[in-house]
Amino acid sequence: MGRFSRLGNDLYGGRTSVDFVGRRWLWYALSGVIIVLAGSGLLFKGLNLGIEFEGGDQYTVTIPAAKATQDNADRLRDAIAATNIPAANNPVVTTSGNQAHRSILVTTESLSDNETHTVTGVIAKSLDLSNPKKAISSEEIGPSWGSQVADRAATGLVVFIILVILAMWAYFREWKMSVAAVVALAHDIVITVGVYALSGFEVTPATVTGFLTILGYSLYDTVVVFDKVRENTKNLRQARKSYADLANLAVNQTLVRSINTSIVALLPVGALLYAGAIVLGSGDLKDLALALFVGMLAGAYSSIFIATPLLAQMKSHEKDISEQAARAKARARRDADRYADVPAFTDDMPMVDPDAPARPSDTGEAQEGETAGVAAVRVPPRRPEATGSGRTLPSNKAPVRESGASKRNQPTRQPRSKRGK
Amino acid sequence: MAKKTPRPGRTLLIFGLCVLIWYGLAALGGTWQPRLGLDLQGGTRITLTAIGNHDPKPDQLSEAADIINNRVNGSGVSESAVSTQGGKNILVEIPGKNRKDLVKQVERTAQLRFRLVALEGFGRPTSQTTQPGASPSTSPSPSSSPSAGTSPSAKAKPGASTSATPQPRTAPQFAVKPGAKDKKKPKKAAQEPTTSPSATSNPSAPPTTPSAPAGITGPGASIDQPLKWQDNPGQEWAQKFAAYTCPPKGKTLAPRADNPDQPLITCDDQGNKFLLSKAIIEGTQLKTAGYEIPQQSVGWVVTLSFKHDGAKTFADVTQAIANQTSPLTGRAKTFAIVLDGTVLSAPYVSSAILDGNAQITGNFTEASSRSLSTSLKYGALPIRFAQPPTVETIGPSLAGNQLSAGILAGIIGMAIVMIYCLLYYRGLGIVVIASLAIAALVVYGTVLVLANAAGFTLTLPGIAGLIVAVGITADSFIVYFERIRDEMRSGKSMRVAVQAGWKRARNTCLAADGVSLLAAVVLYIFTIGVVKGFAFALGISTVIDLIVFFWFTHPMMTLLSSRRFFNAGHRFSGLSAETLGIDGDATRQQPGYAGGRA
Repeated sequence: MGRFSRLGNDLYGGRTSVDFVGRRWLWYALSGVIIVLAGSGLLFKGLNLGIEFEGGDQYTVTIPAAKATQDNADRLRDAIAATNIPAANNPVVTTSGNQAHRSILVTTESLSDNETHTVTGVIAKSLDLSNPKKAISSEEIGPSWGSQVADRAATGLVVFIILVILAMWAYFREWKMSVAAVVALAHDIVITVGVYALSGFEVTPATVTGFLTILGYSLYDTVVVFDKVRENTKNLRQARKSYADLANLAVNQTLVRSINTSIVALLPVGALLYAGAIVLGSGDLKDLALALFVGMLAGAYSSIFIATPLLAQMKSHEKDISEQAARAKARARRDADRYADVPAFTDDMPMVDPDAPARPSDTGEAQEGETAGVAAVRVPPRRPEATGSGRTLPSNKAPVRESGASKRNQPTRQPRSKRGK
Repeated sequence: MAKKTPRPGRTLLIFGLCVLIWYGLAALGGTWQPRLGLDLQGGTRITLTAIGNHDPKPDQLSEAADIINNRVNGSGVSESAVSTQGGKNILVEIPGKNRKDLVKQVERTAQLRFRLVALEGFGRPTSQTTQPGASPSTSPSPSSSPSAGTSPSAKAKPGASTSATPQPRTAPQFAVKPGAKDKKKPKKAAQEPTTSPSATSNPSAPPTTPSAPAGITGPGASIDQPLKWQDNPGQEWAQKFAAYTCPPKGKTLAPRADNPDQPLITCDDQGNKFLLSKAIIEGTQLKTAGYEIPQQSVGWVVTLSFKHDGAKTFADVTQAIANQTSPLTGRAKTFAIVLDGTVLSAPYVSSAILDGNAQITGNFTEASSRSLSTSLKYGALPIRFAQPPTVETIGPSLAGNQLSAGILAGIIGMAIVMIYCLLYYRGLGIVVIASLAIAALVVYGTVLVLANAAGFTLTLPGIAGLIVAVGITADSFIVYFERIRDEMRSGKSMRVAVQAGWKRARNTCLAADGVSLLAAVVLYIFTIGVVKGFAFALGISTVIDLIVFFWFTHPMMTLLSSRRFFNAGHRFSGLSAETLGIDGDATRQQPGYAGGRA
């Protein structure tokens, strides 16, 4: 773990850094491919809705009380699932009855005549029915997830999305963060639903629970990362880095947390998925576990690779942010080589009249640097001379906040209680 | 400014006591097993078959299924399933083997109507009525009174405003008695809490043979004007009323068509028969229904609250009949509350009820008042069902190996998580594990308490969801520990870092959990059924996350930060220079602006 810790320290200090924000088009493309795959799965394969949503057929098997045991029901369930009829691979089999009569109930999705024949055959065989025609009666049953449940759930979701946009706006004071978080959420949902469609698993109420959990988790994860972004960019004016760099640093600083959280949250889900899909092979467990596994993976991925780059991209069009970025870039260049702009002297060096150029603007240094090699070398302009008494203040390199000390800023020391000691 | 001295030990102690009390509450339920869902332990299946001349329309059937679903699963946590079957059946599956108590609540049509009483009399064959003592004193004799500030003792003052007093069928002065009895002879009231209110409305003397009273002439008033019709129902209806007899004692009234636009002749549970006007207020004008014990009262009542137009009609009608004497019977005018064609109660009105609130009193038990108010709250069913419904016990729908496999997988998953935490966080890993264990303990206690209080039921996906939720809870601790380590990397000592990191981690967690809570609250308010149940569980796990984080993890860390093992940076403490990655970093410059203070 030592190396991982070292990595954590380096990520924190910014010595090791993964360029999440800068290489955003790579991540966008990657997500685009996944979304297209998932979307096509959803489009062409469609979701395999379960009995609870579409209704189905119910077979009532009347049998002697001695045979209506849980063991028989379990055996029958496996036998029907083994027929490999897609609509019957997740049957619900229960014992039923009161003192008067006992029976076993088998519920499957709607079957064709042929499939019905197969299923009744399997029932008759595995329960040793002497007169299957008489013992088995079938009926159509409707969905238990009525349209009302779905409608109300949709209303709830819309209200939730609107409120969460407003709430994040209020907390972060930045609507672009809300937008980025909701885009990331949509990204996660599309991928999760698409992968679910591709897997061909049946959609049960457990799946819906899984999808809803993803809804909360994706936003939760994004908020944790954005909280760090906000913290880093709080004093952007004093910062020596651009917004994009600070956002990238925030992602790197929370990277260890993201990895740890994902491991801790995904390990139990992975175990459930393994147990549900591979050991048991049927049942609600695997539905929930698959939705959660894919969704949490996508949620952790999207807050790092989608939400934050998207936020930085949206913010980069703001005037303050872009000017700050230009200053940061110029500063980085200057820090790398302070005298990069000073030409090496040659004899026939063309000179420009030092009095001719106007005072450089804030971003002047960067522009000069770009043209330096091509045109005549310009001597860095002189500061205007002091005319009367006193001295002339150098121009500000960046916008300066008014301190209320009429430009005679004094070193300050916060009181002890404010210094967090 | 005086700073609050942190007392981590005390916080931990109080938190521990709270957990103990919580488990004490859970113990009141008498069982240490959570209530398991249909898929794990099976339940009761009620099959309702629609009756009528022709099959109900599919959307009527599904509407009825939705209403029944609301009735059995109003809070969304009882994990029941309601579906339609074969065009005329509704299947209701409820977890738990012996839920026959819910049958009434499920099948009741809950068609509530208010009608005016024109004529009334005792409606059973006289052989039964000759012994007044045999009158069913223990059967419910509901009466109605407005909810605000009314109670048996309020009824004792006949002049009390906005009180509708149950009118005794034979002796009006009896109306004063129950309240007086409550006050003067508390012993007797306590001995027979159910009989004293019913005594008021029971016939204590044989009624006179019903015959058309003198005031009724010719065809009578139009049935579309209930107030006038009440005074003069006409010969035709009077004769029908005279010929009508109630079913004998012990038999319920057969369900029948209850046409709101026509007068109705029906009975109550005591065998009194009523000639009633057309419906003046329908159950659809009900805003909501509840159940409570009013102040100064001993019995349960069902409270009703009308929507705006219903409240207005109710006010108009009560104003019109308040303290009026019927020309037909010579007694005070009454109205009747009719449920599914049976008269629940027929109170008279001493003054107009203007606020649109009413209550049905009587000797309800808590269960029966809850059942009735639940049925009323979600509206009347559009169809009626054959009696009695088929009630069967069904077995679990999942094989037994699913539960054990699910739990085993969850345990293995959590064990791997714990190993990972120990390897990565070393000494601090113990705090993670203890916090997870406490969270799991609190979750289990909550499930037990809610199983008793709200019928919270666990299905297999529910159990899996809780395991996952506990896993997500770990995120708070991870955020916290990473913050502490960050603070230490920027040069703070462990003790300072714990507090500084707490401030930042707390805000992050509050914001992130706030989003989860928002999701839970919004979904709980707006959705029904399974989604509502999910929102409930999400809300609970989020709140528990915050509780454990604030009252266990943080005090625990504060406590540990004063231990030498941790604050001196022992190599297994998880906070040593080596594990932080800041050892051997001789050239390590003071972190520049690079988020160093972040």
